[in-house]
Amino acid sequence: MSGLRFVLRRVALSLVTLWLLSVIVFLGAQVLPGDVGRAILGPLADPRAVAALDHKLGVDRPLLVQYWDWSSHFVTGDMGRSLVYRQPVGPFLAAALANSLKLAAIAFLLVVPLGIFGGVVAAMNVGRALDRIITVTGLSMTVVPEFVSSIVLILIFGVWLEWLPVSASWREGAGAFTQFRHLLLPAVPLVLVLFGYIARMARAGTVEALDADYTRTAVMKGLPFRTVVWRHVLPNALLPTITVIATQMGYLIGGLVVVETVFHYQGIGSLIYNAAKAKDFPMLESGVLMIGVVYTIATLIADVLYSLLNPRIRFGGRE
Amino acid sequence: MNVATPPDALAAEGLDVCYRVRGRDRVVLRGLDFRIRRGESFGLVGESGCGKSTVALAATRYLPRNGRVSGGRVLIDGRDVLELDNAELRRLRAHSVAMVYQEPAKALNPSMPIGRQVAEVFEVLGSPRREALEKARAMLGRVRIADPASVMVRYPHQLSGGMQQRVVIAMALAIRPSLLILDEPTTGLDATVEAEILDLIEQLRREYSTAVLFISHNLGVIAGMCDRVGVLYAGRMVEEGPTRAIFEDPRHPYTVGLLRCLPRRGRSKAQGRLDTIPGQLPPIGAQITGCIFAPRCVLADDLCRAVDPPPVRLSDGRVSACHHHERAPDLPTTAPPARRLAVLVDQAAVPVLSLDHVSKSFGGGAVTVRAVTDVSLELWAGETLGLVGESGSGKTTLARMILGLTGPDAGSELRINGRALASHAFQRHAAHRKSLQIIFQNPDTALNRARLIRRLISRALGKLAGLAGAERLERLHALIALVRLGERHLDVRPRQLSGGLKQRVAIALAFAGDPRVVVCDEPTSALDVSVQAAILNLLADLQAERQVSYVFISHDLGVVRYLSDRIAVLYLGRLMEFGPAEAVFSGPHHPYTEALLSAVPSVEGGRPERIALRGEIPSPVRPPSGCVFHTRCPRKIGAICERDVPQLREIAPGHSLRCHLHLDELGGAQAPAAADQASVS
Repeated sequence: MSGLRFVLRRVALSLVTLWLLSVIVFLGAQVLPGDVGRAILGPLADPRAVAALDHKLGVDRPLLVQYWDWSSHFVTGDMGRSLVYRQPVGPFLAAALANSLKLAAIAFLLVVPLGIFGGVVAAMNVGRALDRIITVTGLSMTVVPEFVSSIVLILIFGVWLEWLPVSASWREGAGAFTQFRHLLLPAVPLVLVLFGYIARMARAGTVEALDADYTRTAVMKGLPFRTVVWRHVLPNALLPTITVIATQMGYLIGGLVVVETVFHYQGIGSLIYNAAKAKDFPMLESGVLMIGVVYTIATLIADVLYSLLNPRIRFGGRE
Repeated sequence: MNVATPPDALAAEGLDVCYRVRGRDRVVLRGLDFRIRRGESFGLVGESGCGKSTVALAATRYLPRNGRVSGGRVLIDGRDVLELDNAELRRLRAHSVAMVYQEPAKALNPSMPIGRQVAEVFEVLGSPRREALEKARAMLGRVRIADPASVMVRYPHQLSGGMQQRVVIAMALAIRPSLLILDEPTTGLDATVEAEILDLIEQLRREYSTAVLFISHNLGVIAGMCDRVGVLYAGRMVEEGPTRAIFEDPRHPYTVGLLRCLPRRGRSKAQGRLDTIPGQLPPIGAQITGCIFAPRCVLADDLCRAVDPPPVRLSDGRVSACHHHERAPDLPTTAPPARRLAVLVDQAAVPVLSLDHVSKSFGGGAVTVRAVTDVSLELWAGETLGLVGESGSGKTTLARMILGLTGPDAGSELRINGRALASHAFQRHAAHRKSLQIIFQNPDTALNRARLIRRLISRALGKLAGLAGAERLERLHALIALVRLGERHLDVRPRQLSGGLKQRVAIALAFAGDPRVVVCDEPTSALDVSVQAAILNLLADLQAERQVSYVFISHDLGVVRYLSDRIAVLYLGRLMEFGPAEAVFSGPHHPYTEALLSAVPSVEGGRPERIALRGEIPSPVRPPSGCVFHTRCPRKIGAICERDVPQLREIAPGHSLRCHLHLDELGGAQAPAAADQASVS
């Protein structure tokens, strides 16, 4: 299979995934709550008012019509109006997504090099004390929930040492550096969670590559150790790690509810959380679907990157 | 070191190596002494676990983390390898010593183009990138890669196994090393490819006057390649000397036993059992007083069990570590000489298995892979049908169709005892399913690791024979006795058994339902020769006792010859020759059969003149026109071979082949070929 066909197939698969997600989201948010108007207006409302609201929202139409209406508008960028703010959902979502991406990007830029470096160093010292320290620390940090680490970090760096601001919100028009300072503390709990995963993958891949016959071939050529590692070990060792990193990207963007709430940050996680609390269904649906889109794109990028780096997929089999 | 004479390419002096396992040092090599002179080729043989590869790793200082040299020295070019600092060690590896090992696919970096990998060797020696690539291209040409420029930009997975090994050899010999270490370099390759690779190594080695340490479990390969040979047993060099002398007149009971285990050329099961070596290798690090081989030696006496025999220097430069080396040649055989009645095939009856115009193609449209094309075969009760051919010849697909794992194309007909056989196993009658069983190459992966042997066999008896309770228990004991396993082997898990014992369990599973046909897919390829002999004996005994038939697949023609009554030679999914084993081997035979036979290395002194096959097996997507073998045939007549598909014709009763050549012109024909009467039949 040639590289282009591989990518096209992956794109097609992603579209199928997104379509399935849209069906699930639609059913979950629009159908399961039953009477939408009643859910919004509460149990004491006049049935006529409920019926009127249902009609106004269009939820009294057949399901397929509703789904088509909703999904076709979503695809063209029209995500409906928020029931709470009485305004189009789009701009809210865009702002929240941009905020989440900023936080995710900082966490990502911190954790990927750290995780890979830690994993490779551990692999080079496999079985020794340094390996144990990195592995055990990584694993321990992974199991600490973000709200625990967030609060500990706030107490140490925000309250006690007063090095960093305790809230992620900054004043309107703040410069990039100020924004970065505000985002550093929220990013660290994410780094702590992900470091273990990435380091473990990088370590496993490197240990395997160091033991591989092709590494022996390279050593037996008389190449300096540095060249052996850079040319022969790492390119093969880190391929599987890329996939793991990309799936974690999805988490970084979608799973930040806790961190965003603790640090009062207007990201997509807290947006969805608030929409769910306020029964703002259009906001909720679009938000979840948006996370799905980001997740899918991240996975797609990982797959394409993997195929670009892996000649077996890039060039297919023997001719 | 003597200044006047150049130092040896490799010298081991009292070399001890141990591995640290669970906090204890376990000795793997003990007091190894041998030297390889410059330009000499030295073979190291022995069964798995005897420390062959450890010698290579110690010599190149590439022992695993838990291994270390605990005594003695290794010298390459007169320099003590263990004394070198890192920079010197790198220089030694870059300039003086190179290594080629098994599984070329793994030895090459999967994410780097071939050209760059070969060029690196020259870059280490100081060539700039461009020049290194140029030299790499030239070197690939030297290992007879037809189109070096296109191979340069490819990745390892795009090359065949033989090509990959050529690339590895190119990298190894590019530096013109004084010592080349070859660790099972052709194991896993087809016999035809193996022969080519061996020829290539031999030629380049002479040209570059490189000394060789050749490690192999295959005695035939060593016999054809080496000036001298050393026999390792449990980390000890038990015998060493000139190859001819060792193979023709071995002076250590272990060497004698190893050589007797081999099915010699032309030997068949009708001529009796193969000899085996009783017992098994002592566990690594075992403390044994006296001779290490004594527990398995028929000649062992009190002296052997008390005193470790010192190496004794014999005439013509041989060394044997045996107290009774003068008696070794008269070692009594362990096998009873004859044991079975010849199988009488009632030709009037129906064959137990018959294949009628069986074909199988995969895919469709432009990329149809024709794996098997129009194969018709018969298998009679109590007979073995050997399937022979290079990888890609369709052997495995044919076996899978017999087992119902792959459905044949429409128009194919399979019959068992004259009754039509459904194409897929799940459509078949239970009776048919249990009549057809398989023994796989690798018992490690064929047996469920989590279950006790008792449970595995009981389950097979329950499923295949429909037995339960006391009856099943009774049959269980009968079955393990049948495959010569003991009561103590029942309550263990597969990993606690040796390879040979595991294969016996696999055989027991296959025989649980009293099968009529057992497909044996390379059943002894993963086993050592002494174990192989025992398994072959067992298969032959079971056949004689139960009149079971085998479809036997193996790349080892000696093994196929030993067990088979008839042989089918496949090439690109077509039946090229089919006939009684003896006739197929002695000839007249098909040019392809002839080439396969000539590629087999043998311990009986040098190979016969090898018939080289040009190139590689063509793609089954676009098979050649006419006779599919014409692109590689050394006896090709001319246009007719490219144009007309030769018919399968009977040249003797029950012996047919597919070739345009006249009977007299075929290889192995009794009458000398009348060259001037080039007639076409």
